[in-house]
Amino acid sequence: MTTTGNRALMLEEPLLFEQDAPGRSGVDLPEPEDPVADRLGGLRRKGRIGLPGLSEPQVVRHYTRLSQKNYGIDSGIYPLGSCTMKHNPRLNEKMARLPGFADIHPFQPAATVQGALAVMDELANWLKALTGMPAVALSPAAGAHGELCGLMAIRAALEHRGDARRTVLVPESAHGTNPATAALCGYAVQSIPANGDGGRVSVAALRERLGGDVAAVMLTNPNTCGLFESDIVEIAQAVHEAGAFFYLDGANFNALVGRVRVADLGVDAMHINLHKTFSTPHGGGGPGAGPVVFSDTLAPFAPLPFLVHGPEGLRLAETGPAGAMPFGRLKGFHGQFGVFVRALAYMLSMGGDGLLQASSDAVLNANYLLARLKDDLTPAFPGPCMHEVLFDDRFLKDTGVTTLDLAKAMIDEGLHPMTMYFPLVVHGALLMEPTETESLASLDQFVATVKALAARARAGEAASFHESPTLSPRRRLDETAAARTPVLRWRETG
Amino acid sequence: MRYLPLTADDRAAMLDAIGAPSVEALFADIPAAARLTAPLDLPPHQGEMAVERHLTALAMKNLSAGCAPCFLGAGAYRHHLPAAVDHLIQRGEFLTSYTPYQPEISQGTLQSLFEFQTQVALITGMEVANASMYDGATACAEAAAMACRVTRRRRVLLSGGLHPHYRAVTATWVRHTGAEVEALAPDPINIEDLIGRVDDETACVVVQTPGFFGHLGDWSALAGVCHAAGALLVVAVTEPLSLGLLTAPGAMGADIVVGEGLSLAGPLSFGGPGVGLFATRDRFVRQMPGRLVGQTVDADGRRGWVLTLATREQHIRREKATSNICTNAGLVALAFSIHMALLGEAGFTRLAELNHTAAVALAARLAQIRGVRVVPSTWFNEFAVTLPRPAAEVVDALAARGILGGVPVSRFYPEYPELEPVLLIAVTETVSADDMDSLVRALTEVLA
Repeated sequence: MTTTGNRALMLEEPLLFEQDAPGRSGVDLPEPEDPVADRLGGLRRKGRIGLPGLSEPQVVRHYTRLSQKNYGIDSGIYPLGSCTMKHNPRLNEKMARLPGFADIHPFQPAATVQGALAVMDELANWLKALTGMPAVALSPAAGAHGELCGLMAIRAALEHRGDARRTVLVPESAHGTNPATAALCGYAVQSIPANGDGGRVSVAALRERLGGDVAAVMLTNPNTCGLFESDIVEIAQAVHEAGAFFYLDGANFNALVGRVRVADLGVDAMHINLHKTFSTPHGGGGPGAGPVVFSDTLAPFAPLPFLVHGPEGLRLAETGPAGAMPFGRLKGFHGQFGVFVRALAYMLSMGGDGLLQASSDAVLNANYLLARLKDDLTPAFPGPCMHEVLFDDRFLKDTGVTTLDLAKAMIDEGLHPMTMYFPLVVHGALLMEPTETESLASLDQFVATVKALAARARAGEAASFHESPTLSPRRRLDETAAARTPVLRWRETG
Repeated sequence: MRYLPLTADDRAAMLDAIGAPSVEALFADIPAAARLTAPLDLPPHQGEMAVERHLTALAMKNLSAGCAPCFLGAGAYRHHLPAAVDHLIQRGEFLTSYTPYQPEISQGTLQSLFEFQTQVALITGMEVANASMYDGATACAEAAAMACRVTRRRRVLLSGGLHPHYRAVTATWVRHTGAEVEALAPDPINIEDLIGRVDDETACVVVQTPGFFGHLGDWSALAGVCHAAGALLVVAVTEPLSLGLLTAPGAMGADIVVGEGLSLAGPLSFGGPGVGLFATRDRFVRQMPGRLVGQTVDADGRRGWVLTLATREQHIRREKATSNICTNAGLVALAFSIHMALLGEAGFTRLAELNHTAAVALAARLAQIRGVRVVPSTWFNEFAVTLPRPAAEVVDALAARGILGGVPVSRFYPEYPELEPVLLIAVTETVSADDMDSLVRALTEVLA
């Protein structure tokens, strides 16, 4: 330990609130004009808010130091399964910052935002072409928000035909957002087994659960075991025969782009995470965007607003074409426009040919990890896999090392760990999604490191795993204490 | 293709290692009938310059608000953003990281979100805030849903002074959970009786301050009535800068405060992505939606931060979670937080004062124009006016003169003909004296 606690480039940084000098500011603002009678009606704030005062250099240094305690895709491989951490092109950022896109107000007259509406129209057309679906709602702000959009449209369609169904079926391997969304939409959630046919939903088991009370089936494809649900067309048929709707979780669309159109699978609605498949940055947890494509049956129930072509160009309308029965509004303003610009810049850069090559390379990279690691780790299912590969923790049996320990040891080796303990259908899951933007050299280094760690675990070095990580800005953090006595904000003491 | 590192040789070597004859063979699990046999009819890949040319041409078709006197608000307010904000959020370690599930290598995101939570709690006058929601409207909906959970009641009362998008999103959202929504008519003249409508079945009352038409509300009495009836008071704030000058909702007895941080995190970007602010009382924390960052220590006893109280969340609780939210608005929350850090107490309160004095000055001048009447008696940086003609027509006429002259309320409420003459006018520090002169002159001409 050094005197300061710093370690070369890794610098300790206090909270903003611990750097306060009252009156100091990082902006220079003019003096307010001569005081006029205010219009605050006696509601003027009394007393200090408690915001700290810092100068610009202090603020810049603060956030620069904080940034250096973060791992990003820019730092190295980030193989979080089902998160599609691919490279975020900087052209996207540059385009989103053009004043004609960044500095426009959501309620400008339509004539002054024709270019912005054209971006939304072009993006919608790309999404429709890639999925084969006839309609798209752009407004959902993220994948889970898109799920909500899809299920609300399904519920509206069912109510319209006077069919009050109460249940949504979700495979046990689904993302947690699926059951949470169904519950939020007023449905009872029933779990269906996902272990038939080696990690897939069993059509027979699904048929048994389908009935007059089932509103929808939510399926992820490729699923979270990294496998394509081969019976999907048959599943869709069974769902439709039972009078239910078929919702596809599009989180894993990166495996299919340009190769499969979900319309050909019998899907009624699917969200698309622009921040996964279409390269917009995750930003430490958002913002994302989760547009939803709809089949003809669900299209009339899509939410407000509508993007309409008229004699005076494009406009956003609160009323749809004849027959539209929007279920309501999902978001303020018109959706994540800044994310739309980034995604469109990516689509235009990649083109139809590039997107197909990307999904091919994503699947190739995952299968390469499977092939190179299958003798050292224990694959949950035999290959081939799609764009992500699932291992379980059998290879760690009797070593005293857990999936978590392995992940923490990877941190010391300069790797971001894979998704751990998800999906829940295998024990101690390790779900790896390298994406197409990793080079062969990067994959080889990842493989060599993971192999070496597995060998160390087998060699009885459990104790060193339990200590790890030791080289990161912080070592293992006490999450139990954090939850037991929550400290969720800074408070002035003494 | 510049984003794809694999070469043809790499691909061949990898297939060899896999033992597959072709990439196509890796897709064998996809039934042939479901696979496309020909490439989709889409344009081919393009270099940076071509993409830039195409998108720049589209951007040029828009009138950038910075190139015109801009008086638009209605939930999105144009403020100057210090240069350091956009510079710092583009550091790759912030921009390209995921939700901080591995806290040992995510302390940057975690500490900044802890600071964000503290800032939001301070300005709203609340005890605890989360790490962000999608936007103000969805935060409002989540607040109403949370109030139903906390009170185990189902009636939600929405003020007519609440932003129409917040009203619509909240009504759409909570209807699905079985709640009944009573939305009062839009209320430009501030006469609605909320207190008389609160009863022992009310889960919450949702109000906005400053109101959609500009009015500032003292919600203390309403809070008292709500609490006596066992209901919660939710206060929405669409312009967070107002909190630099106004008594915080928390000091008036609010139980949940939600807001839209876009105006201080900017750029407006046609309305999104924004950042939803969500703050409440400590006793409700386990019913909150969204991510929370908490302080703890590491194995060496050093202070650090983690995501905490995850047992509320979808990835743990699945259908029993308090919300389905996963991805939120992390990077925009960071931008908000950096801007707040630069402003500090002195800058935040002074910027608010500048906005208010400018709005007061413009209102006085507009009131001199024949046929123009300023509607509210109190406001912060935005107020409604009535015009002798439909406001939408006037706005188009002003746009033809190169002025973004306000937001016509009929845009949101076409079903209320009495609102046709109502125009919302916002004034921020970005409006210059010349801009105000231009508006006054042009509006006088248009109405003559």
